[in-house]
Amino acid sequence: MDRRQFLKIAGFSIAGFILDPSLDIRPKGLFANTAKQKITSYIRKWGMAINLDACAKKPGCRACIDACNIVHNVPGLGSPKEEVKWIWKSPYPTVFPEHIHIINREEIKNLPVMVLCNHCDNPPCVKVCPTKATWKREDGIVMMDYHRCIGCRYCMAACPYGARSFNWFDPRLFLKTVYQDFPTRTKGVVEKCNFCEERLIRGLLPACVEVCKENALIFGDLAAIDSDVRKILKQRHSIVRKPHLGTEPKVFYIL
Amino acid sequence: MFKGSREVEARMYDKIKIIAGIIIFLIIMLTPFWYNSLTGKAAYIPQLKIGTDARQCVENTLYMKSNHANLLNKWKESVVREGMRVHKAGDGKLYIISLTGTCLNCHSSKAQFCDRCHDYAGAKPQCWDCHVVPNNAVGRWE
Repeated sequence: MDRRQFLKIAGFSIAGFILDPSLDIRPKGLFANTAKQKITSYIRKWGMAINLDACAKKPGCRACIDACNIVHNVPGLGSPKEEVKWIWKSPYPTVFPEHIHIINREEIKNLPVMVLCNHCDNPPCVKVCPTKATWKREDGIVMMDYHRCIGCRYCMAACPYGARSFNWFDPRLFLKTVYQDFPTRTKGVVEKCNFCEERLIRGLLPACVEVCKENALIFGDLAAIDSDVRKILKQRHSIVRKPHLGTEPKVFYIL
Repeated sequence: MFKGSREVEARMYDKIKIIAGIIIFLIIMLTPFWYNSLTGKAAYIPQLKIGTDARQCVENTLYMKSNHANLLNKWKESVVREGMRVHKAGDGKLYIISLTGTCLNCHSSKAQFCDRCHDYAGAKPQCWDCHVVPNNAVGRWE
């Protein structure tokens, strides 16, 4: 082979590599550019306020729990050890062990409190995850990637709020109806509340907030001064769960 | 040293038994291949029902045939990790990234479109362990 022939073949080979669509040179940019544009345009900071007074008006109400369970295909296992929880009720002393000596609002002390993932600013679950299956988005939502979760449950051990659940069984076996717009999870992954991330992108409020007739749950952008959640936090006294841990929860409880 | 080792190497004892054994072994081993080629099963190609009148998928057919798994992987990363839910196709059209929404909206029968090929190829994607195959009869909440 002389030099001329060699250069010809080399030239054609390089051209072939560039033109072949399966070699992943062309479509890369499609996703990367648009995603960046979206994120850098304006960064929200999602947060929720829970008005305990409004909740107290209807003691047996579980509209938010039911709505959440339906739209996220949360299975009802019944047994407290193995159940999957996204939003649930817990007694006041376990939710606020550091606030049990509350004296100005004695009546609240005996009521169950709505609890969910706090979407911490400094989430311990994210730090311990070995596969980065859980991470914090720029808008403050602590996300789960079920594709990447290996079910090691380090995050469950790290979460000081017990907000994460492990799927010991195939959840579909325990679902009466399967809601089609959201995937069910599978055996062996950890899951939790995602602040209805899939609804926010469509301009909807989280399901629990939307169904609450008492307006006990107030959701919004903590970065926007005129948002509902900022307004109520300005007007009323609020507490967060276990502030001494420094996790900086984004779920506030209004007393 | 062992005496007369050369003579042992040069001879082959039980020649007939060994050759017969090899032939029987080969017949048993190759039976499935002969069976398939004689019955015509080797030439079987799964027939897919595309389930749509649309001329083109989100990308051209050739690309989709060889790269749909890669595309779905990218879609997964794009939605879950980057929060980016719109796919800009090669021809500039925009599509909502959704396995059950966009893909199965056109390819309405998973059994006749997805499964036939995957079963044939022995490919077992785990998509359906979590993702729900649409069925208009159940479970919608607004």
